[in-house]
Amino acid sequence: MKPRHQRMIAITAGVTLIAVAAALVLNAFQGNVVFFFSPSQIAAKEAPLDRTFRVGGMVEKGSLKRRADGLTVEFVVTDTAKTIPVVYSGILPDLFKEGKGVVAQGKLGPDGAFHASEVLAKHDENYMPPEAAHALSKAEAEKAAKSVVSPGGS
Amino acid sequence: MIPEIGHFALIVGLALALAQSALSLTGAARGIPGFMAAARPAAQGLFVFVAIAFGCLAWSFYSSDFSVLNVANNSNTKLPAAYRIAATWGSHEGSLLLWVLMLSVWMLAVSVFSRSLPEDMVARILGVMGLIAVGFLSFMLFTSDPFERLLPAAAEGHDLNPLLQDPGMVFHPPMLYMGYVGFSVAFSFAIAALLDGRLDASWARWSRPWTTAAWIFLTIGIALGSFWAYYELGWGGWWFWDPVENASFMPWLIGTALIHSLAVTEKRGAFKAWTVLLAIIAFSLSLLGTFLVRSGVLTSVHAFATDPKRGIFILCFLAVVIGGSLTLYAWRMKRVAPGARFELLSRESMLLANSVLLLVACGAVMLGTLYPLFLDALGLGKISVGPPYFDSVFVPLMAPAILLAGIGPLIAWRRGDLAQLLRRMRWLAAAALLGALLVPLAFGRWGALTSVGLLLASWIFAGTLAALIIRIRSNAKMNRAFLGMLLAHAGIGVFVIGVTLVKSYESERDLRMAPGDTATLGGYSFRFDGVREVSGPNYAAARGAVLVQRDGETIARLAPEKRVYLVQRNPMTEAAISAGIARDIYVSLGEAVDAGGQNAAWTVRIHVKPFIRWIWFGCLMMAFGGLLAASDRRYRVPAYRREDAALADATVLRSGAA
Repeated sequence: MKPRHQRMIAITAGVTLIAVAAALVLNAFQGNVVFFFSPSQIAAKEAPLDRTFRVGGMVEKGSLKRRADGLTVEFVVTDTAKTIPVVYSGILPDLFKEGKGVVAQGKLGPDGAFHASEVLAKHDENYMPPEAAHALSKAEAEKAAKSVVSPGGS
Repeated sequence: MIPEIGHFALIVGLALALAQSALSLTGAARGIPGFMAAARPAAQGLFVFVAIAFGCLAWSFYSSDFSVLNVANNSNTKLPAAYRIAATWGSHEGSLLLWVLMLSVWMLAVSVFSRSLPEDMVARILGVMGLIAVGFLSFMLFTSDPFERLLPAAAEGHDLNPLLQDPGMVFHPPMLYMGYVGFSVAFSFAIAALLDGRLDASWARWSRPWTTAAWIFLTIGIALGSFWAYYELGWGGWWFWDPVENASFMPWLIGTALIHSLAVTEKRGAFKAWTVLLAIIAFSLSLLGTFLVRSGVLTSVHAFATDPKRGIFILCFLAVVIGGSLTLYAWRMKRVAPGARFELLSRESMLLANSVLLLVACGAVMLGTLYPLFLDALGLGKISVGPPYFDSVFVPLMAPAILLAGIGPLIAWRRGDLAQLLRRMRWLAAAALLGALLVPLAFGRWGALTSVGLLLASWIFAGTLAALIIRIRSNAKMNRAFLGMLLAHAGIGVFVIGVTLVKSYESERDLRMAPGDTATLGGYSFRFDGVREVSGPNYAAARGAVLVQRDGETIARLAPEKRVYLVQRNPMTEAAISAGIARDIYVSLGEAVDAGGQNAAWTVRIHVKPFIRWIWFGCLMMAFGGLLAASDRRYRVPAYRREDAALADATVLRSGAA
């Protein structure tokens, strides 16, 4: 084989590989990227109904309940403006606590509750998951903006 | 007093590193022997001062000197001694000091084991490493002083994060950092070659054992981290595609490509430009890993340091190192003479294809890791990219690489024989099909991915065995480099088997169990016998008792714990594991469902994980294979024998000035 042919084969192989890799990446991104929504966004119906996403905020104090089966728990996630009830079946992470930050991944159910398949909590007591912190600060900012626009309003 | 000595030692270290890199780089460029001679003693001096600083910090931790802010934040008098010392690198500042300590250890090693290298080469290598030390030492001194005082001193420390109170903390970070930082040697070799213009077979021979050594440490470090996560986090997972894991995995992928590309550069004088580029990328990714972990941009266990200012410093440092070295590369690499020619069907092209695959896989991992960060930084929304993405991209890219690793050793250098290869591949294909069909039968459940995994594993085993048989038949000399390669490749097979069988046949259940309740999973029965209170040195725990039986025969009595550490008041799950070659049984406690003291029901998670130990055993085989290869005789005999000199002359690249 001539060097020129060899080089052509090598280049073709390289381009094919990159194309395959790009196709794999795009395909995987399409199916597996998980978006994040705050309770306020969910209340505004911005979140999808049939797709997995993440919700974050604070676990409302006094909201944690355990169902009779002993495994399913319900709690309320709040960003201080709006709230969303969350249902999760399984063992909660060690650092899950009422009044602390949390991020849950799952789907919105027809009952209006968020059915979590995974619950992530902060890893040490000074640390808030960035997504949860983001949701809280955004809700605070919106509240502040509202109070300026309509003082004494809702 | 001790902390001030440590702080002072760091300042002396910085001055020494500055002087050392300036002297040795100028000396090498201008050919001044006196300047070049300073490289070795200065590097050794740097090690001494960094070691003093590290010792001082370790002593402050050991003696619980809470007038040091770092100690007060990360230690406690009740913390066991081993963890007090490990807490030295538990914080951001301490782990940077560990980074620099590792760098100075590598510099010391280069200065001691480089007798056979030309003086100017050694001066350049140590000079470049000195510059890296300057960067990190000034980062530490200006933004994150580990010896910062807290006055008045705290009465008691805030304790180490309970997650880190584990033997894993003692071994995992030093090993990982040894690997990370070890790529700085390969990087410095590459930069030295670019500066010098000498990029030949003997250069590759010198840099090979160093690169392999770094790769060994990184392999062990990652495996340890994975094992630690498995037993400590209480979730039974061994790899989460967490950004921090990816940060250590990306340099590993490139490092793997690099050690293979170096083999070609040494044996055939080819792929020089490619090898140098991989060396630059490998170290850049190590720095990127440091940045990812240390800047606090990640939602992760490891992001215990959250300070964006430091991140910006590392980012600038990263830009200088990567930008500078790539510019140098573009400028100097034009002069490289092409290596020896090879045919399309040859070991060279197999190795080239493999390293391209590794590079592309690394790119896909990087995209998944960084894309959410970019979107967030640009204010385009918050997303997360989880394990499904990585699984569905990484596996299809790595499968062909494993196929190539199986046949690579069977193909001759330069020009392979297609007919011969096909004859040999018949056996591989037969073995692979057999493995892929028979093993799932034994488990009684067939799955497409299971078969693919087992096919790959059997293929690489057969390929390795075939290479060994061919070598024995040809009466060629058996050397450690060859055996090491085979062992490492067999390690991939073991690893793949572990991953495949765990993914295919693992089972888990979350349960509510009252004392006396029995559950079954994977043919085992689990009886929960309640919990009792126990107390450890710095924690109180609820310890459960679980009796595991199979066919009436007792397999294990497991005691999973739920600990509450006294200082930080955080609960921690300690899983209990019954380990075995063919399966692990893994039990972790959730929480008490009702307040009933001794008779309370608990939530319990049980797992049966077939062949999970093979994952880490495979990694150890790879690391040990690397060790064999790096200790090959040819790296120990004085380099530059006559035939090397002849080969070097044939492929030497000389810059116009020389």
